Amino acid sequence: MIRFLKAISMGALIWVWMSGCIAEEVTKEQIKGLDEQVQDIKKDVLGISAELTQLEEKLLYPSNTQVSVFVSASKGEKLRLDSMHIKIDGKDATHHIYTFKELEALQSGGVQRIYTGNVKAGDHVLEVTISGKSGSSVVTQNASYKFTKSVEPRLIEIALGGGNQAIGFKD
Amino acid sequence: MKLRWAEAIRQLASKTEDLMMRRFICLLGLCFSSFSFAADDSSHAAAKDLYLGEAFYYAYQGEYVDAITRLDTELGQFYRLDDPNLDPLHFQINYANFSVGDFELSYRMNQRAGRAIKAVMEGNVDQSIRNEAAYRLARIFVQKDDPRSALRTIDQIKGKVPDAVHDDELFLRAQIYMLTGKFEEAVNILEGMQGTKNFEGFSTYNLGIALIQNGQELKGYAQLDKAGQIQSDDEATLAIRDKANLLLGDRLIAAGKPEQAKVYLDRVRLTGPYSNKALLGSGWTDVALGKFDRALVPWSILIKRNVTDKAVQEALLGVPYAYAKLELHGKAALLYGSALESFTGELAKLDASIKSIREGKFLQALVRDELKQDRDWVVKLRELPESPETYYLLELMASNDFQEALHNYQDLDDLRKRLDDWDVSIDAYEDIIRLRSQYYEAILPDVDKQFRALDSQMRVRLEQRQALDDRLKHLLISPRPDFLETADERVTRESLRRLADQYKNDSSPAADNIRRRIKRLEGVMHWQIATTYSKRLTEAYKHLHQLDADVERLRNIYRSFVRSRQAATQSYKGYDDQLRQLKNRVRDAKEKVTTLIARQGHVLDVMAVNELDQRRKRLEEFQVQARFALSESYDRASKKQMEEGGAK
Repeated sequence: MIRFLKAISMGALIWVWMSGCIAEEVTKEQIKGLDEQVQDIKKDVLGISAELTQLEEKLLYPSNTQVSVFVSASKGEKLRLDSMHIKIDGKDATHHIYTFKELEALQSGGVQRIYTGNVKAGDHVLEVTISGKSGSSVVTQNASYKFTKSVEPRLIEIALGGGNQAIGFKD
Repeated sequence: MKLRWAEAIRQLASKTEDLMMRRFICLLGLCFSSFSFAADDSSHAAAKDLYLGEAFYYAYQGEYVDAITRLDTELGQFYRLDDPNLDPLHFQINYANFSVGDFELSYRMNQRAGRAIKAVMEGNVDQSIRNEAAYRLARIFVQKDDPRSALRTIDQIKGKVPDAVHDDELFLRAQIYMLTGKFEEAVNILEGMQGTKNFEGFSTYNLGIALIQNGQELKGYAQLDKAGQIQSDDEATLAIRDKANLLLGDRLIAAGKPEQAKVYLDRVRLTGPYSNKALLGSGWTDVALGKFDRALVPWSILIKRNVTDKAVQEALLGVPYAYAKLELHGKAALLYGSALESFTGELAKLDASIKSIREGKFLQALVRDELKQDRDWVVKLRELPESPETYYLLELMASNDFQEALHNYQDLDDLRKRLDDWDVSIDAYEDIIRLRSQYYEAILPDVDKQFRALDSQMRVRLEQRQALDDRLKHLLISPRPDFLETADERVTRESLRRLADQYKNDSSPAADNIRRRIKRLEGVMHWQIATTYSKRLTEAYKHLHQLDADVERLRNIYRSFVRSRQAATQSYKGYDDQLRQLKNRVRDAKEKVTTLIARQGHVLDVMAVNELDQRRKRLEEFQVQARFALSESYDRASKKQMEEGGAK
């Protein structure tokens, strides 16, 4: 039996040694070196991203016609927002269905830019329809807001909760 | 066989020292992961600036490329403003600078993460803000695995630290002291942190470690004992409690005190992440005390758990070993048989997993979009068809190196997709510009011609308006009623003048009468105009103001046209170089990403295959042991049966 065990141990040793030769190892230095290269490319890509973002804005939404609509939620907002529909001057501007992560981001204090588009200088009407759940009941609410577009980019914030009304507006 | 188990116990003991440091480092990671972003999001980050809020919106979703891009752009624009104090970001500029550092850190850009925070430290800010910046920068250095720089930075803190980061700063300082071998200083801080909310368990555990590292072993054990009894509902605190108990149990086994070790191992929850190791260790202590029947209690619980777990596989051999020691060789043989069966099945699974990884299915599974929506993505990964048995990779997945490599791979995949999209976007932009150029170049010459004609007309009208304005101003000083006649009055005066000319040389009595009447009428007219002069002048001013309103409207239209005209030119001119450069940069970046993703993927594959290979080897060793033990148990069972038969 002892001889049998010795044979097995020797066999195992040879196998381990051989597999050690075959197996590829990943060293700490390799991981670190690769990580540094990944950080470099991230830096490059962030630079491209920033330039493209500015180019896109300049090209597609020049400031004299640009209007951006943002959505924020007040602290402790109970409404579980499912979707938001936005019209400008009676025409559909955007419709958004919220994912769980997006809702969490809003509830944590993030501000969503839901729409960026172009309108002429002058007076306009923004209409907002939200649907969601508050407790077990389904909630649908509408609100509208008049705004004037001038030469500068126009930013409008749709503030959810935080007052008597579910939908508020801020300039 | 007994020797083999004793050897295993010794191996376990020798590993404890290494494990202790590794676990401590893991613990550091655990603490940082829970505090790096939590400190900010706990207070519902109320961003006054919408663009800063937008950056947070992306950061909270883990979309760091978008978050950093938005915030970098916003900060760049802020610093280019002539009067930044008018920008809403001005109220939160330090917060924004700290946040960009946090985002970069979360995006694992350690090399770049400190730049914005350094700018705050070097700026003209209050000492408390500089202290917060130093704390954050030190935290980045720890993440960069550069404790010396972290120590230098944290030592720059002088005076009051903002309340929001006060405890975090202390805890970080203690960790830095531990990493730089200043255990006594770490002990002093951690002793003062006992009972600090949010650090329950963590501060006690780290105090225990610091004391042990400082050579005060008994005091360290006492602190670990304290950490092992902490009461809490918080899962992280309960995990650290289990960790303290497991560590103490391991240390006492290594010190040859199994009886004491069992007390700590039995404190570990049966459902926590350390429960399997604790159950295995608890069985070991019973074996060491010769209480084989007692060892069966934890091991019998353990063998009903997931067979891919290392501890469970070991217990599959442990249970029949204990039965054999209790002279129940038949039962032991049966259990060795089922262990063998189980190991064979697991080896087949491992082979299939290694094959699946080599076919690239592991990497494909790691970047599935649906996994990004789920926090428990590792569990989801296990449910995907044809993906390798990830349970075997769980331990590897928890390791820092693998996590780094995995995140880098996922980030690179994300960058690849973004770069592909941008490539398409740039093509689309080029198309837009080409179409705009075709459209505008065709119509703009005519538009410009019309505009020039209208522009000269407008100038004439504006000059006329100015002349009227000047004349009215002059009328205030030297009144000229005739200038304020109405058109009818002018016609009437002209008619009277013509009539006066007609009858100028007529000497008839009728003509005299007519001339008198003409004079009277001229006198009436003069009277009317002279007496209403002020009213007429006021009216004239009113009309001029009305005209001014129209002129203003005209000017607005003019300005709007000029802007639109400029915008028309700007919408297609001057983009060629920028787009060409961007296209080249995107192409270069894509090439780099393709190379890096292949290398990173290879590293992950190698790490995963090596891990599975090690598990395979371990299982094969167990298989050998089980086979040997099975035959031995059969021999003994048969011998016993024969002896019993002979006795009868």
